Amino acid sequence: MGRGDAAAGDGGLMDILALPRLVWEFVVYLFAVMPDLLPIILSLATPLALGALCGVLGERSGVVNIGIEGIMLMAAFFGYLTGFALHEPLGTGAALALGIVVAVATGALLGLLHAWLTVTVRADQIIAGTMMNIAAFGVTGYLNRLIITPSGRGGAGVIPPFHLPDQLATLPFLGPILAMFLDQGPIAMSVILLVLISQFALFRTRWGLRTRAVGEHPKAADTVGIDVFRQRYLNVIVGCGIAGLAGAYLTLESTGSFQNGMTNGRGFIALAAVIFGRWTPLGSLLGALLFGTATAFGIIVNVRPAEGDLGTLMKTIPTFWYAALPYLITVVILAGVVGRSTPPAADGIPYAKEGKG
Amino acid sequence: MRRWRARLAPTWSKAQVPVYSIVLAFAVAAVVVIVSSAFTASGFDPLLPFAAYARLFAGAFGSGNGVANTLVAAAPLMFGGLAVGIGLKAGLFNIGVAGQFLVGAFAAAVTGAALAAAPTIVGMPLAMLAGGLAGAAYGFIPGYLKARTGAHEVVTTIMLNNAAALLLTWAVNDLVRAPGFSFPRTADIGQSALPILAGRNLHLGIAFAVAAVFVIRWILVRTTLGFEIRTVGANPSAARYAGMRPIFITALTMTISGLLAGLAGAIQMLGVIGFYAPGITASVGFDSIAVALLGRSDPIGILFAALLFGAFRAGAPLMQIETSVPIEVIDIIQALVILFLAADLIVRRVFRVRAPKIEIVELATVTGSWGAGTPPPGTAG
Amino acid sequence: MSDKTSVLEMRGITKRFPGGTLANDAIDLELGEREIHALLGENGAGKTTLMNILYGLVTPDEGEIRIDGTPVAIQGPADAIARGIGMVHQHFMLVPVLSVAENVVLGQEITGVGGVLDMRTAERRIRELAERLGFSVDPGTRVNQLSLGQQQRVEILKAIYRGARILVLDEPTAVLTPQETREIFGVLRRLRQDGTSIIFISHKLDEVLEIADRITVIRRGKVVGSRKPAQTNKDELAELMVGRAVSLRVDRGQSHPGDVTLEVVGLRALDDRRHEILQGVDLNVRAGEIVGIAGVGGNGQDELVECVVGLRKPNAGAIRLAGRDITRQSVEGRRDLGIAYVPADRQRFGLVLPYLLPDNFVLTRYGEVPYAGGLGGFVRQDQPIRNEAGRLAKEFDVRASSLDVAASTLSGGNQQKVVVAREFRHDLRVLVVDQPTRGLDVGSIEFIHKQVIERRDAGVAVLLVSAELDEVLDLSDRILVMYRGRIVGTFAAAEAQREKVGLLMATGEART
Repeated sequence: MGRGDAAAGDGGLMDILALPRLVWEFVVYLFAVMPDLLPIILSLATPLALGALCGVLGERSGVVNIGIEGIMLMAAFFGYLTGFALHEPLGTGAALALGIVVAVATGALLGLLHAWLTVTVRADQIIAGTMMNIAAFGVTGYLNRLIITPSGRGGAGVIPPFHLPDQLATLPFLGPILAMFLDQGPIAMSVILLVLISQFALFRTRWGLRTRAVGEHPKAADTVGIDVFRQRYLNVIVGCGIAGLAGAYLTLESTGSFQNGMTNGRGFIALAAVIFGRWTPLGSLLGALLFGTATAFGIIVNVRPAEGDLGTLMKTIPTFWYAALPYLITVVILAGVVGRSTPPAADGIPYAKEGKG
Repeated sequence: MRRWRARLAPTWSKAQVPVYSIVLAFAVAAVVVIVSSAFTASGFDPLLPFAAYARLFAGAFGSGNGVANTLVAAAPLMFGGLAVGIGLKAGLFNIGVAGQFLVGAFAAAVTGAALAAAPTIVGMPLAMLAGGLAGAAYGFIPGYLKARTGAHEVVTTIMLNNAAALLLTWAVNDLVRAPGFSFPRTADIGQSALPILAGRNLHLGIAFAVAAVFVIRWILVRTTLGFEIRTVGANPSAARYAGMRPIFITALTMTISGLLAGLAGAIQMLGVIGFYAPGITASVGFDSIAVALLGRSDPIGILFAALLFGAFRAGAPLMQIETSVPIEVIDIIQALVILFLAADLIVRRVFRVRAPKIEIVELATVTGSWGAGTPPPGTAG
Repeated sequence: MSDKTSVLEMRGITKRFPGGTLANDAIDLELGEREIHALLGENGAGKTTLMNILYGLVTPDEGEIRIDGTPVAIQGPADAIARGIGMVHQHFMLVPVLSVAENVVLGQEITGVGGVLDMRTAERRIRELAERLGFSVDPGTRVNQLSLGQQQRVEILKAIYRGARILVLDEPTAVLTPQETREIFGVLRRLRQDGTSIIFISHKLDEVLEIADRITVIRRGKVVGSRKPAQTNKDELAELMVGRAVSLRVDRGQSHPGDVTLEVVGLRALDDRRHEILQGVDLNVRAGEIVGIAGVGGNGQDELVECVVGLRKPNAGAIRLAGRDITRQSVEGRRDLGIAYVPADRQRFGLVLPYLLPDNFVLTRYGEVPYAGGLGGFVRQDQPIRNEAGRLAKEFDVRASSLDVAASTLSGGNQQKVVVAREFRHDLRVLVVDQPTRGLDVGSIEFIHKQVIERRDAGVAVLLVSAELDEVLDLSDRILVMYRGRIVGTFAAAEAQREKVGLLMATGEART
């Protein structure tokens, strides 16, 4: 009996010392990889943040859109297709710029469809979004197999990122942080601007006040003469245009190619970011950055493995687990956050005027 | 004759909108096929859809083999459609069938391989059971989270789909990789395979699937559990008031849903694939959603919808090979069917349908619980 | 007062709803300048529909609206506002999470460059306006922090801010205490003085007689009479309203209370926002006694009821049924012990609207023999369920074309009868009724009140909660006043004066 207890005590003592040391090593490791980590966070978070902005704009006005995933995918494809078709006659730059325009227009058009379905037809919003996702998967897969794959040609490449002058990028501490925001392509850099504008507009302008009123209590808005339908159409279309920009980012700024189903759940992570950010643009950007960090971390541990005990420990965790990390974190965070945040009261509920023929 | 018409009238009034939706979906998809043909090497061909649909039909029903293929493809869709359908009845939208399917298929593959040498009567049921339980466990997670925290299943199940694919790839690579193959896969299931009933590939799983349709129908319509599930879906507040436990029912229904999705994976594994390898596709995921919606989340409706989509999946390869119309046209048709079901006023205008609207009332509960675990207000506006 | 020029005329207004209900049948209505014109009628008579037509929320099938003698087309609320019509809806049209100022200016915002809101100017104007109407309001407060009386003033501000000359108030006193009612009447009189014409919708005879210059009575979508208050009385108005002579008092009879059946001791509980809403409630109800809880909505009545029936878990305190502690019992367990509950919101809690009637009739008893049996009570038994449904429908006079219709197709009164029929069973010991007659017609109200009294006389302990003070006063043998999560006063029926109870409801203190 006694000996057993002693042995257990020894083990416990070792554990007590090992844990703080591991934590310390982890902190040191994080600082060491910071210059590599920070610049990729924003680029990984960009499609999430733009998708989340689409979610915020729609849901604030009372329209749930689980089709963000599909809208991104469609926009990514048609943006890519534009570059693919036009870069020979028009040149790379013009083709890419047109690609972005087409992607945003694709998003906005699909937004029009979603708004028509959810606002005018009063179809179930979740079903409308599901339809969008399946349609996107089908249409892009269909055209990819029909047009792009047999041609054997590539796309227009990627928009060249802006490069921070070396003097700035190598500054201690400040350098990586500057690089995080400025060593990026134009779409990634526009994220911060779009989020700030939306945040201001939502809480300080007439459009924002009406949006919030329509999303909270559409009938109250209706009785003071606000056109609930028009407001919802506007928000959904603008939001989906932004989701289209996220699609453009994937094919035209990030990878330069299109693969079937390449959005890979990003549209849904964006929805989690919306909830995490309590339906505010800034908050959901924070959520997107958090998920971006989780993904970036999964990449960095492979590129620059840790050393010492921490390294040994982290190596025992298989690569696929790191890859699954963002998805699992999304689930955990969603479970922790929901219930503590309140969605717009009329979120997901179609508005029907009574007694109107 | 007249008596028959009177008998069929109620059924037809229910089936009218779904049937017309399918017709309309084919028509619109035909336009897509014609327009897109202009961008191919073979050039613009306004008759292409007729050729394509003819091949699709021939592939699905043109031969004994074709019919067998249709039934084989329909079986997992019946299980998957029931998984989505029973979830909808409780106001839950399980779009995680793909993940639960993979987990079920994997568990069935591993168990089947372990019992490869045992008699079929032992190995096959155990492998089926393992697949079902694994799916149930994987469905329980989002169900529990929804019930306890309000985390919406639409997001959590999609995340778990992605996580399942990655984690199972790891498991096949590192845990159960069979020696002697050039790529990571599990060992052969040997004797654990589902027995073939007829022809080349018509396996016993079809019988299981049809049986499941009637079992689920019985549970939903005839039992107190079914009444509880339906009440939680139709009005969670009233369910709580009536002394039911929506939290328990929500978690339980997601578990049953996962069980059915896991069984879909198991019969596909034990009846068709035979071993688990990363990248086995689960088109069953999306297909099941379409099947459940087309079947109006009613088990008998799901049976027919599964047969239809099974026929699409069975016929599509022949269509792609002989007419070069990409197989993804099936996904487009699927999306269009859902579109026309959701916006049924289009169908009503085009076909002048006057039958009353058959709504899936529980959908209001699904959407109403978005964002937070609050029950939805009773009425719109 | 017919010498006054009329600012508003509605001629031959007819509205038929899908399903055939004739809500308004050729209604004529005229509103004089500086007139308070009461529109009297029971629930469902068509008053609200008529006003929604005036406000552009409902399109009439026939009829004409004239303002200052000119025919106008009102397509939507924006048109109504532009014509100087303002409306205070029965269910307030305020966005709870927005501030008072944001609610008031919504739709007519004061903005600078690029649509940026100028809330400072807005808040200043609102303060001035409130002062002119004789009350004070903090424009920066969120509406969900305000009492119902304050919210109503915000609604009036909203209308006046938009320049309303014609103000419609739909059942404005339904949720107010007698004191708040008096205050709102003061505001209305001041508005009339300032030149506003007012339509006042109500089904309360006393109030109508007190405030109105003219009373128009509507029954089943038709105008059945118009009177000056001085030339009529309550009995005549009641008969006009209902179409037959009605007794205005509930004949409660003598109660014969027995032993204490339901006992609540030191009950504390949180609300959905995790604030402690019940702060130590003590009460008991004896067999054969109706105890009514009076209180302004939101003072913890709903939570108290939920604790008693098992839908909410208390943090502290105990609930006893005939001496037996049931604090930890489930909803089902309590029901088995003889506690029945008629919830306030029948459509959300009491019924499953898409279900057919038989399933609704057994909603709370679906698992009991004989409605379930076989395989350990797992299989539902259709025939016993149908039999019971048929019996209850007959006994409680539920009017439906057949048992096989969805509950959603029934009228409000018949829906409530389904709930009451199901809950008022014969082996009851405690009956909890929350707002049992909200929104019902007089016939249904009488029927349900009679049923409650019958159960009391059979020895059931009845706990009644109602936001309608009159209902509590009419039905209860003993009245408890609830204020901020506590019972602050008890009255025997004989000594409960409306004013005294109302004061306690509003302030939590009895002024001496």
